[in-house]
Amino acid sequence: MTVVIEAEKLTKYYGKARGIIDVSFQVNEGELFGFIGPNGAGKSTTIRLFLGLIYPTSGKARIFGQDAIRNGPQLRQDIGYLPSEVFYYEGMKVIDLLKYSASFYKKDCTKRIYELADYMELELNRRIEDLSYGNKKKVGIVQGLLHSPRLLFLDEPTSGLDPLMQRKFFDLIRRENAQGVTVFFSSHILSEVQRLCNRVGIIREGRIVEIADIRTLQQNNYKKIRVYADGVEPNAFQLPGVTNIEKANNSIHFFYKGDINLIMRKLSEFNLMDITIEEPTLEEIFMHYYE
Amino acid sequence: MSTTIFAYEFRTRLRSVVTWALALAVLIAVYTALFPSFAEEAELMKQLLANFPPELLAAFGMTDLDLTTVMGFFSLVFLFVQVGLAVQAAHYGFDLVSVEEREMTADFLLTKPVTRTQILTAKLAAALAGLALTQAVMWGASFGFVNLFREGRPYEPEVMALILAGLIPFQLFFLMVGVVVSLLVRRVRSVTFYALALALGMYLLSAFSDITGDVKLENLTPFKHFDATYVVQHGGYDLSLVAISVVVIILATIGSYRLYRRRDIPTAA
Repeated sequence: MTVVIEAEKLTKYYGKARGIIDVSFQVNEGELFGFIGPNGAGKSTTIRLFLGLIYPTSGKARIFGQDAIRNGPQLRQDIGYLPSEVFYYEGMKVIDLLKYSASFYKKDCTKRIYELADYMELELNRRIEDLSYGNKKKVGIVQGLLHSPRLLFLDEPTSGLDPLMQRKFFDLIRRENAQGVTVFFSSHILSEVQRLCNRVGIIREGRIVEIADIRTLQQNNYKKIRVYADGVEPNAFQLPGVTNIEKANNSIHFFYKGDINLIMRKLSEFNLMDITIEEPTLEEIFMHYYE
Repeated sequence: MSTTIFAYEFRTRLRSVVTWALALAVLIAVYTALFPSFAEEAELMKQLLANFPPELLAAFGMTDLDLTTVMGFFSLVFLFVQVGLAVQAAHYGFDLVSVEEREMTADFLLTKPVTRTQILTAKLAAALAGLALTQAVMWGASFGFVNLFREGRPYEPEVMALILAGLIPFQLFFLMVGVVVSLLVRRVRSVTFYALALALGMYLLSAFSDITGDVKLENLTPFKHFDATYVVQHGGYDLSLVAISVVVIILATIGSYRLYRRRDIPTAA
């Protein structure tokens, strides 16, 4: 498998303020990689380093096997970017902005501009300053995809899109991905990452805390166990691998990670009325990392 | 250089260029139109000015000025033109790259497959083209209106050409200092404020050094390096002063490229 994005101990300080610290990960060709973290965790910093908008304090950033800083300008022929906040030259018409954008690339993008605009229901003859935020976002989507990039950086891309457009957008991203486009998708909304991505990296306070398949994260890591029984105290489940114990009325729920037989033996000691064992949602896994 | 960026930048600035050029051409027309009455009342004029406090005359660069000659009068008009052109060039300089961060369009432009050097070069070239256009209008207006209103009184076209040629380094100074300062600060909130501060500051420095006779201060300001009155009196520039402007321009240019190539672009909003 070809590695498309590679961070190696990537570190960025803004003066003394922390950006990201020792971030390392790889994204393979054709992957839909989710990058999750709360605001201020370093998601945008990571993306902006790969795009050459900011420069690393130390560490390496590679794209298509080449140094993303030194060869950035050439590499960006094949990179599309959709920022979370879109701003364009206000006085321009949509079509002129898209043509200006297209003029930077070596290929003819005209046909694709019209296809994408048609698909996203974007009016091309309006002025940017007259557009609503959602419509500006559509300009951003077309703008980021018009040169048929092989790699896409999406930085919290769904804000401002209504649910219908969000779905269209996700379909579009899936379609691009099916044609081999690698996607790096940053978000703090877990459900959308869960819907779209195969693999996720979780970042917290500038450091990567986990990189895993979504399925692995959900299936192998944690079980959400809820037991209903009379007279059971939370202390009874204080054993290795149990976290987040909470008691509500006559039930106790907790996360369990480890040998499933151990917990089953423990549970058999009680006279249970009911039990549910679920895979946690990404949301819950995520919260777990942030406690 | 990117012709795409050049074309966009030039078109965006064109309206401002035309406005500045026309406004200053009108200024030249209005002032030179006053010249015949000054010349006719030459003696009266001299008596009147003699009663002015010398500090006031110095502030307007009129100490060694003979307003009754074409070239003397033109030097005074040219000072006003210079103030305008300084503000214009400083405005373009402070705005050149800071506009992308202020209006948050840097993310758009800088993620395109172009180097920072190409972006800065294209932007500078477009600004220079705008300034060249303005200066061409200044040449036309100066020669045109002076000839229209001098009523056969003698003037020195070579000296006037020399004065006008000085506008190239004069505006370059304000443009490049504007660019480098905009890259030294974190954020340029008001381009107009910075541009007026630089241009008027330099003008006042020149006027102030005339009043106090302080030699050190005047070395800093292009209003002294490219003083029309001096050119009229000496038939040429004080090249040691011109050299200061040239050095500043070169240093500011090198500094601008260095800073822009390594600049971290702040996140929008």
